[in-house]
Amino acid sequence: MTVALASVLEIHPQVAVRPEAFGALAYHYGNRRLIFLKHPDVVTVVQALHDHPDVQSTLSACGVTQDRWPSFIAALTSLETSEVVREREITR
Amino acid sequence: MSAKSLVEEMKRGLDAPICLTWELTYACNLQCVHCLSSSGQRDERELSTDEAKKILDDLRDLQVFYINIGGGEPMVRRDFFELLEYSVGNGIGVKFSTNGAFIDEEKAQRLAAMDYLDIQISLDGVDAATNDAVRGEGSHAMAIRAMDNLKAANFGQFKISVVVTRHNVSQLDEFKALADFYGAQLRITRLRPAGRGADTWHELHPTNAQQREIYDWLLKHGENVLTGDSFFHLNAFGEALPGLNMCGAGRVVCLIDPIGDVYACPFVIHDEFKAGNVRDEGGFAKVWKQSDLFLSLREPQSAGACASCGAFDACQGGCMAAKFFTGLPLDGPDPECVGGDADEALSVIARGSAPKPGMDHSKPITLTRKKLPVGA
Repeated sequence: MTVALASVLEIHPQVAVRPEAFGALAYHYGNRRLIFLKHPDVVTVVQALHDHPDVQSTLSACGVTQDRWPSFIAALTSLETSEVVREREITR
Repeated sequence: MSAKSLVEEMKRGLDAPICLTWELTYACNLQCVHCLSSSGQRDERELSTDEAKKILDDLRDLQVFYINIGGGEPMVRRDFFELLEYSVGNGIGVKFSTNGAFIDEEKAQRLAAMDYLDIQISLDGVDAATNDAVRGEGSHAMAIRAMDNLKAANFGQFKISVVVTRHNVSQLDEFKALADFYGAQLRITRLRPAGRGADTWHELHPTNAQQREIYDWLLKHGENVLTGDSFFHLNAFGEALPGLNMCGAGRVVCLIDPIGDVYACPFVIHDEFKAGNVRDEGGFAKVWKQSDLFLSLREPQSAGACASCGAFDACQGGCMAAKFFTGLPLDGPDPECVGGDADEALSVIARGSAPKPGMDHSKPITLTRKKLPVGA
């Protein structure tokens, strides 16, 4: 899946994110993979995904300027592939 | 951020270890000749159940994702399952190494029912003769029985963990086939001259031609085989093997021993690499964040005699522990430098003059007298 501005995402429930000076470490308890989040702003965005309706509103709320959106879309796409984030499940 | 600068960040150390090895006990039913921790007999200062749980609380607060439990043989501790459940219950995954002696049918089922648990069965030869020469009489059968029980209990993908020696390099394909048979994953690691291994390393470590074999084999199978990044000294052969390619000691990994001493890595149980004890005020977190030893390891390290070598970026000078226990300077080539740059220095180090491992919990040697033939 390619993440788009309209995508509705959340951190994968089996993933723990631990902030570090360079960004964060994410560990997936299911597939036992360790993933590096290599920028603090990406960490902020990932952790805020759940609080906003979609990717675009999350980016705006986190103060990410529009010229950086493409690189954040790329980062989120890669994190979706490694199952750090996933499409949000709608709870009714 | 590029991969290289990420490694530079790692070298400056993390807020907590990525993974941490915890040897639960020095007691062991086996007496492997290359045991990193010279295990055999329980140490009377061993951490109690409550102390162990307190460490797990600290690790949870530090957000350590998982721990590698070993020993000794960790399953000889009576509170083994209690600690396992406490750890997993606190969000700390467990990977434990065992010789398999205590994985009977019932234990296999109990283990299979747990989440976030990985098991590594140690096996150093596909056949009993090769394995038992290193790990002791009957240990091959022991490991196979444990694997049979785990398979029967539908544990899923456990790991077969092999220390690569001169005598089993030629069996890598067979180890892989064995792992495939069990639906297991193969893990191969480097023989270190630590613990009792300091005495046997010279006879057991792979020859340089065999190192090339290991490297070529890993390039071919690397994606499906675990190594704990332990062969990064082989990167000097050319293309980098998968992994972080750095020494993580005191930076991203460390060791807690059965009596709570914290060392830079599992291969350096020696006072020189002891950072503190979890029983000290401030516990593990303070040792990790503030010990002089760990802070100094996180400073830029000198390439020393390797600075002018074109392969230094690839191999990083190799393994600190391997150098230390063979008597080599820490800022020079690894004893298994694939370019042979340590050969001359090694050849002039007198046997027995290298630093001795810090503690020895080996069982006393029992001399069993062979019966004299009747009528002799």
